Amino acid sequence: MIFIYDDTYEGFLSVIFEVYDIKTRPDEIHKKSHFQAGLFGETLEVNTDVERASRVINGLKKKLSARAINNLYRCWLSEIPQIEMVIFRYVAYALKSDKNIESNYAHPDVLEVKKVVKMIGREVHRMHAFVRFQKTKDEVYVATITPDFDVMALLPKHFKDRYQDQQWLIYDTKREYGIFYDLEKVSEIVLENAEWQGRNKVQRAVLDEGEDEYENLWKSYFKATTIVERTNIKLHLKHVPHRYWKYLPEKN
Amino acid sequence: MKMNVDDKLKILADAAKYDVSCASSGSNRKNKDKGLGNSSSMGICHSYSEDGRCISLLKLLLTNYCIYDCAYCVSRSSNDIQRAAFTVKEVVDLTINFYRRNYIEGLFLSSGIFKNADYTNERLIRVAKTLREEHNFHGYIHLKIIPGCSPEVMEEAGLYADRLSVNLEIPSEPSLQKIAPEKNHSSVYKPMNFLTDRIKLYNDEKKRFRSTPRFAPGGQSTQVVVGASPENDFDILKLADNLYNQQRLRRVYYSGYIPVSDDNRLPALKTPPLIRENRLYQADWLLRFYGFQVDEIVNHQYQHLDLKIDPKLAYALRNMHLFPVNVNLADKEMLLRIPGVGVKSVNMIIQARRYGRLNFEHLRKMGIAMNRAQYFIDVPGRPIARVVEDPFKIKSAVLSKDKNSQLTLF
Repeated sequence: MIFIYDDTYEGFLSVIFEVYDIKTRPDEIHKKSHFQAGLFGETLEVNTDVERASRVINGLKKKLSARAINNLYRCWLSEIPQIEMVIFRYVAYALKSDKNIESNYAHPDVLEVKKVVKMIGREVHRMHAFVRFQKTKDEVYVATITPDFDVMALLPKHFKDRYQDQQWLIYDTKREYGIFYDLEKVSEIVLENAEWQGRNKVQRAVLDEGEDEYENLWKSYFKATTIVERTNIKLHLKHVPHRYWKYLPEKN
Repeated sequence: MKMNVDDKLKILADAAKYDVSCASSGSNRKNKDKGLGNSSSMGICHSYSEDGRCISLLKLLLTNYCIYDCAYCVSRSSNDIQRAAFTVKEVVDLTINFYRRNYIEGLFLSSGIFKNADYTNERLIRVAKTLREEHNFHGYIHLKIIPGCSPEVMEEAGLYADRLSVNLEIPSEPSLQKIAPEKNHSSVYKPMNFLTDRIKLYNDEKKRFRSTPRFAPGGQSTQVVVGASPENDFDILKLADNLYNQQRLRRVYYSGYIPVSDDNRLPALKTPPLIRENRLYQADWLLRFYGFQVDEIVNHQYQHLDLKIDPKLAYALRNMHLFPVNVNLADKEMLLRIPGVGVKSVNMIIQARRYGRLNFEHLRKMGIAMNRAQYFIDVPGRPIARVVEDPFKIKSAVLSKDKNSQLTLF
């Protein structure tokens, strides 16, 4: 059986509930937006049910630590094809086991979850590092990102903690939504008719007048702080992979 | 001629870059009252220079005017270079504006010595104080303490900075006397020991009274220049070990000497000793995170680190009688001594083996560096071909596979 859900995490948890409810093991689980009906396999579209989703979480709480449960959510954010099946098998293993299984790294699904969680953590860390705000005329500091995984939900606390006295917006131009801090709270927003410069930067016309100056000062600093005698481009590239350069004024 | 900020930045960042400290971690300064900045215990490298080093802090000299003439230093008074000096406002403005754009975690401020140590340090403190008090800034601040600084001035510095550092620079007193005749080791140890006591005192007070102000919550660090003087790795690591144990330093940085002058008091190096520097960092890691004693790594018999292989592998090859380690039974201390197995892998092994016996394939999938570990582990499923007991053969086998993976620690 191929299970289809509505792209939300609650929808995915509803699938897990359904699987146990109708006692049919899934062959595949897909987001509706990603699913292309094939020739083979019976499909079942599961309705999202918040109540059922929370019953799954409550069931897991008896078997897993809060951290492990949160890690499953992080895993799901990876959008890796078929990650739903890895999470499902992990959940099934946890539910049928008498003792906590979350650090049995000899088990392939437990190990896979750990690896994906690590990848997500690394991507979140890179967003903390490589987000570059540009100040606009209306005093909002704006950054665009296109992370490999859909990590936006994991970013608000970090940026709210450090930028409490400035309005800021971080926008995923690939998934077309963002988070905006209005000096009080962080909320998710979708911009209509957003026009970026090359999808990766704020248009020059809306930037604050001082913006060029600080970008240039930063470029000067970047250059001056390099020790030419120690140049090691291979190591440099390992730390700052090409795909992140588009965020960084010092690299373009 | 009046210099603009960009010109000053080029000169004073260039002059500050030889201080290799870059950490922005280990502090716990939380944003409050809708201020700017937050220092979490995990540091963040916001970029990496083309030499591969982390750029986390805006690292500047307040000025490169200096009354001293230390042979190893680019800012030495006899060096014919362009001089510049920032105003307090300029440094504060750069820090705030770079921080707001998420370029940096904070500021690292050092300086050439003008007039005297206290006068110089007071200027550095004024920058930190302005950031904290006028701009409600909670980002990371690392201030350099100039040797010879008085207790009152250091006391004030500790109240505004996250980390303080006094640089040893040259690892032994006789070498220092030769290269920097105006300095001596006691002028470094005196402030360092004062700070050690102060940090301990404030920490103890903090446990009793919550209102105790924070004093250098990120602790103190120092830097040792390697290769400008004849000390061997045994001397250097003994020194570092003492600094960790007695002065409770958080970090000792090793800076491979880069020829910045043709002064005849210094050796003529063509290139900085980068591999040696890397090996020292690896050895430093073994001291701090792997439970090694200095003389297990270097000692009277082996005074230099092997440049070809990492120090843990070198240790294992000298101590073949301790291996192979039974991965399913060994205690943590011994697991940490297996070449190719890091702290995280050790923790995974210890957790996973509670569920059942681990085999070779499990370890490989967990990501253990088998190119080295395979010779030192006893685990079901280890391919027979991997059972080699001759250290020379192991070394050459590792080296032939390892050619491309050197110098990846930083």
